[in-house]
Amino acid sequence: MLEYTKKIRETARKLFEEDKVDVFIGYKKGSVPMMNQPVLISNADQVDLLHWDSNCGLNLCNYLTKRTDRIGIVANGCNSRNIVTHITENQISRDQLYIVGIPCKGMIDHRAVQRAVKQKEILEIKEQGETFTVKGKDFEDTFNKKDYLQRNCLVCTHRNPVIFDEMVAPPVEEQIEVDAYKDVKQIEGMDPEKKWNFFTRMIDKCIRCYACRNACPLCYCPTCFVDESNPQWVGKSSDPIDTMTFHILRAYHCAGRCTDCGACERVCPVGIPMRQFTKKLNKDAQELFSWEAGLTPDQRPLLDVFRPDDYNDFIR
Amino acid sequence: MTKKIYTKEEWIKALAGLKSSYNIFVPVRDGDFHTFKALDEKKNPDFNFKNTRLSPKSLVYPQSERIFEYTLDEDDPDANILRESVKDYSPRAVVGIRPCDAHAFQIVKLNFDNPEYQDPWWIQRYESTTFVGLGCNAPDSTCFCTSVGGGPFSEKGLDAILYDLGDSFLVKALTDKGEIFIEKAQGGKEADETALKVGEDLAASAADKIEQKVSIDKLKDKVQTELFDAPFWNDVAFACINCGTCTYLCPTCWCFDIQDEVLGKQGDRIRNWDSCMFPLFTLHGSGHNPRARKVQRVRQRFMHKLKYYVDKYNNGVQCSGCGRCVRNCPANIDIREVCELMNG
Ligand code: SF4
Ligand code: SF4
Ligand code: SF4
Ligand code: SF4
Ligand code: SF4
Repeated sequence: MLEYTKKIRETARKLFEEDKVDVFIGYKKGSVPMMNQPVLISNADQVDLLHWDSNCGLNLCNYLTKRTDRIGIVANGCNSRNIVTHITENQISRDQLYIVGIPCKGMIDHRAVQRAVKQKEILEIKEQGETFTVKGKDFEDTFNKKDYLQRNCLVCTHRNPVIFDEMVAPPVEEQIEVDAYKDVKQIEGMDPEKKWNFFTRMIDKCIRCYACRNACPLCYCPTCFVDESNPQWVGKSSDPIDTMTFHILRAYHCAGRCTDCGACERVCPVGIPMRQFTKKLNKDAQELFSWEAGLTPDQRPLLDVFRPDDYNDFIR
Repeated sequence: MTKKIYTKEEWIKALAGLKSSYNIFVPVRDGDFHTFKALDEKKNPDFNFKNTRLSPKSLVYPQSERIFEYTLDEDDPDANILRESVKDYSPRAVVGIRPCDAHAFQIVKLNFDNPEYQDPWWIQRYESTTFVGLGCNAPDSTCFCTSVGGGPFSEKGLDAILYDLGDSFLVKALTDKGEIFIEKAQGGKEADETALKVGEDLAASAADKIEQKVSIDKLKDKVQTELFDAPFWNDVAFACINCGTCTYLCPTCWCFDIQDEVLGKQGDRIRNWDSCMFPLFTLHGSGHNPRARKVQRVRQRFMHKLKYYVDKYNNGVQCSGCGRCVRNCPANIDIREVCELMNG
């Protein structure tokens, strides 16, 4: 991780010195453990703010939408796929970007770590390659990183960026033979009533703070459907039906676009696993249309193509 | 004022006995975090907690509350007339509230109950509530109550306070409401000098454990317009995703929106929490939005808490130092750092 940080800083410095970018977007070390902060720097003197470790779980693509300047940006596998999606959806243009690719080894699930130390306060976290150590007032524990990865990272098959101008390190090995949809299949097996109860329970703590929506780079609409008032599509109280409407509609708006970066799940203040909604749609996209979002800018988005020779009968 | 000591088992029993006089709310563990819930047989109260993820403000000021109802049925003589919804103002007690959260109700009171405006629902629910605090033996590193007029054993806004002495609770009444509560709590015995001394020492050492100091001393003398135009807002706001986490979790945020919901001919007027972080918060009917940009909204949150409130009420900042926003902001926007910038 230290080598990545060093390389990111060097690259950013070089980009400013060669006047290739106006700004550079990366992460800086957070003021509390396991919470790094996205940061934008605008000159070479600030490059030492840049930082990389396994707590960079917010999706930086969020910060690109409709920018007009020349931007350097760090991107791991999932973030790079969102950048591709942003390019195909005309939210940013490829020539504005200098993408510093990060071969990704996965993000740490901060909630799982908190659980492992029985919710005691963690004051410091240090990574040593495959392991990391957390320290608090009266404890110190070392864990294997692979046992504490975010759930999306556990099943990620695109850890290397799909688009970049330069890489900070040689590619990492991709995970193969992961069963990404084990949980979805389980839910698919439930009868409708059980399914409904499962999802109702799953979101019952939701406070409609919209952190999940706002952490998602796909959600860039000038006015989100939940904020429309004329017509009003969804009620604003904490009525469970309105909350469910929000979740299901939000997920559908991500159909064929979600890269399973896990930012939504990471940011939820009450720990709702709302990826269960988007994952089902990702599975459908893959099974019905052999589609994974954001793999190449040369392809139109899944839901805006029509092929006369489509292999599915129902669409012809 | 009464000072009593209860073993922990006695205290739980006493609370169960108090259920005939109060609706009792206690911290219970709910998955990864704690939350205030009505005391019932199914879930044990858990006083071994740091603080609840969501603040207890919703017990006085619910996230969604039906305030009026009406019918649109023209055949009804009451057609189109707003009637106040029935609300429950029977006595309730919040037991185990942390001192910062009790202090927060005092901060918020200036907004809901002042000579100019009185919010009838907030006031009635607040007045029907008895606040029994629990001092913090081991504050978190993100707690900064001592910088904003509180402390881990602050009695501000409390009717009684509990000291966790290990196997027992020392409880002190602080107001008449608290006195009545303890009078009704069965069991326990008069606290002796030794117990009181142990309590005092606990409180003293807890305050020392708070290392976080945030400076707020110069905020009052700053010029509003200068702070408003300060050069740091773009940097502060960059990472923010404009969610409702900080304001919804915050015990001192009070903003709301009012919505009508109609089903058939039956209408409800509902008051819902709102947040200055949402663009819709300031959207005008004309379509103009004075805070259309993220940086304007982020600035509003901090200016409101750390400058407008300070200037308007002369009662310190609109923050009780609970640290929830610090711990839970997904983008790590840290009010302690912003406060230092503004105070600098
Ligand atoms: S989903 Fe893949 S690329 Fe994204 S953070 Fe996890 S491991 Fe890295
Ligand atoms: S982040 Fe969590 S609490 Fe907030 S709206 Fe999403 S699911 Fe609900
Ligand atoms: S400061 Fe943090 S919690 Fe508040 S709106 Fe911004 S991202 Fe959300
Ligand atoms: S602003 Fe933050 S620290 Fe202050 S009272 Fe609100 S949530 Fe707590
Ligand atoms: S900070 Fe924002 S949401 Fe909180 S009380 Fe002030 S204006 Fe309202």
